Amino acid sequence: MNAIQIIKNGIVKENPTFVLMLGMCPTLATTTSAMNGMSMGLATMAVLICTNLVISCLKSVTPDKVRIPVFIVVIAAFVTILQMVIKAYLPDVDASLGLFIPLIVVNCIILGRAEAFAAKNSPIASLFDGIGIGLGFTLGLTLLGMCRELLGSGSIFGLTLLPETFNILLFVLPPGAFITLGFLIAIVNKIKK
Amino acid sequence: MEYILIFISAIFVNNIVLSQFLGICPFLGVSKKIDTSLGMSAAVAFVLTLATIVTWLVQKYVLDAFGLQYLQTIAFILVIASLVQLVEIVLKKVSPALYQALGIFLPLITTNCAVLGVAILVIQKDYNLLQSVVYAFSTAIGFGLALTVFAGMREQLELVKIPKGMQGMAIVMLSAGLLSLAFMGFSGVDGGLKNLFGL
Repeated sequence: MNAIQIIKNGIVKENPTFVLMLGMCPTLATTTSAMNGMSMGLATMAVLICTNLVISCLKSVTPDKVRIPVFIVVIAAFVTILQMVIKAYLPDVDASLGLFIPLIVVNCIILGRAEAFAAKNSPIASLFDGIGIGLGFTLGLTLLGMCRELLGSGSIFGLTLLPETFNILLFVLPPGAFITLGFLIAIVNKIKK
Repeated sequence: MEYILIFISAIFVNNIVLSQFLGICPFLGVSKKIDTSLGMSAAVAFVLTLATIVTWLVQKYVLDAFGLQYLQTIAFILVIASLVQLVEIVLKKVSPALYQALGIFLPLITTNCAVLGVAILVIQKDYNLLQSVVYAFSTAIGFGLALTVFAGMREQLELVKIPKGMQGMAIVMLSAGLLSLAFMGFSGVDGGLKNLFGL
């Protein structure tokens, strides 16, 4: 598999949001606006690329029995670094994502890719897998965020498109997350067939 | 009174799954049957309460004491992962019957973000140990309630004819949305209770 195929696989065939359905907690919680969804996606992508690369480099020295704890420590280390960087340079993002930055540790996408891809493939392939899956996740979150923001506050990326009378507050509130994602999955299912 | 407020607010008003979006994976994964969802709820209640006590102690007596707060994420996830392993081993020896019932759910709990989420939340909210325990336990009950009610809904969904595109996860998400909408009816109850108790 070459780099482009691996990246395409992550975005289309194994899209984490619409096909694999992994990492649902941040997907539902942080997509109140397109911007928030995209920040969460990019933060997860940054961690995923680093962990995939490091875990793939370590695969020959990691004993099979303790591989899961090793993966978790590597992931937690990168999440801690990311948490510090975001707190220092992007305080707005820190305020809007809050608890969900440390919770990237338990995002099943990251551990899942470490186990399913990085532990078996070369570092370069794992790097591209991280980029692909990360982009797929970012795209899914941004799309969901755009739909919710448009329906709920009548804007996309803060750009107002609909007058206030058309705003449906429900879509910014928690139930709107489930309902919007349900319809998006149904649309994706329909397109696939 | 304060504890009653924490209890009610964690179960109904700020339900961990339906309004805070923690623990969505088990919520969607093990909600096909009421029996399994009850087993999962019991396992989560047990581990969540225990993990919150241990992580609270770790935070106060190790991380805060030595100025290592930046290691919070790593320390907590390691504590939770090893605690789950420990509970599994102890349960296997001490109570094989309980292990039979909860066993398969235990490994899944390590990656349940509700456990790590609650551990971090009680530190952020600056709760004392007793408040943390009450909060953790009521959160787990809220999780169990949402999971069991949702499992009931999904058992009914098996019986109806669903349009092709909606089958699978799509209809599950929509039902979860409706349940979440129902729980939104509780919003404001905590404020009312606060006035009632004069807090």
